[in-house]
Amino acid sequence: MARIVGMVTTSHIPAIGAAIAKGQQDEPYWKPFFGAFGAVHAWLDKVRPEAAVVVYNDHGLQFFLDKLPTFAIGAADEYRNADEGWGLPVQPPYRGDAAFSWHLVESLMADEFDLTTCQEMLVDHAFTVPLKLLWPGAGRCPVRTVPVSVNTIQHPLPTPARCLKLGRALGRAIASYPEDLKVLVLGTGGLSHQLDGKRAGFINRGFDEMCMAAMVEDPDALARYSIPQIVEAAGSQGVELVNWLVARAALGPRVAKVHSNYHVPISNTASGLMVLENAN
Amino acid sequence: MAQAIPGTVIFDGVQARRGYALNKMCYSFNSAENRAEFLRDEEAYCRRFGLDEASRAAIGRRNVLELIAAGGNIYYLAKFAGMFRMSVQDIGAQQTGMPVEAFKAMLAAKGK
Repeated sequence: MARIVGMVTTSHIPAIGAAIAKGQQDEPYWKPFFGAFGAVHAWLDKVRPEAAVVVYNDHGLQFFLDKLPTFAIGAADEYRNADEGWGLPVQPPYRGDAAFSWHLVESLMADEFDLTTCQEMLVDHAFTVPLKLLWPGAGRCPVRTVPVSVNTIQHPLPTPARCLKLGRALGRAIASYPEDLKVLVLGTGGLSHQLDGKRAGFINRGFDEMCMAAMVEDPDALARYSIPQIVEAAGSQGVELVNWLVARAALGPRVAKVHSNYHVPISNTASGLMVLENAN
Repeated sequence: MAQAIPGTVIFDGVQARRGYALNKMCYSFNSAENRAEFLRDEEAYCRRFGLDEASRAAIGRRNVLELIAAGGNIYYLAKFAGMFRMSVQDIGAQQTGMPVEAFKAMLAAKGK
């Protein structure tokens, strides 16, 4: 049977991808961010996931407003990255696992989550940057992937409560896969930031710290927020917190924290990193 | 939306309808060919996407607050801004009326 080895949540800021491309990881601006990933690499070496379900939000590479799914899942054996318009190097294609994806689709649909299935799906920086942070080596990402995209562009967005339930259903779906497969769940984005409007540059350390504590102890507390409340507390793009909630909820009620980091600022964003495992 | 959040425009159905043509044009800038085409003849490119007067003027002025008021979504607008090598700090500085260095210092101060 498949088994979830744990969950990683990390910011996916495009500037991180640019810094990786330029080899700036050890520069003073970047060191407090990249330095925190050593512990993640050590943990990955220990738990050795074979597949990653990546919960992220597309920023207008794959999806446009003509047809915008609230939740979409990749169901292919390969996913491609492409030009997003502002200069990040395009990453080599990612391996998918169509059989695993279709199992997840079957299970999630039976659990009343009606996702849009994608046999072709371009994956943007919110998918590629976190995978590069986890597996920084040259060449192809070493694990098979399943992209799960959550709409955070056009309101109404799915509520945090709905995202928590999706995560729980995703956890059940993974656990019911009959193949032996070690699965990492990855939630990307956040934490507080706002790119648009007169409030651009908004960051809320207090709220972020509360969120990171609640991720361990009480994710239901986060699910009680409304989207407008999260926008107010975490900024317009801080709503990416919902990706973290999906990933967290895929684990059981009791988790152990392996590692975390919080650093302000990276670009316009409060960067957050967490590694959690199911508690014994 | 139940409440107004200062300095924040929620990109909802009203904005998405208002800004559809503008966002569709900006979405097209994922393609290098389209970016080159825009830079070659901005007027013709905007006409092709049927931008209204407010969007066309805001595009001409490279003004992000005006583009948002016209229904632009920041993720699509970033592709437009990227053509002029504007980073999110440049965009933030423009929207808050700060010099870029001051905007960056404001962000750095939040880490202290």
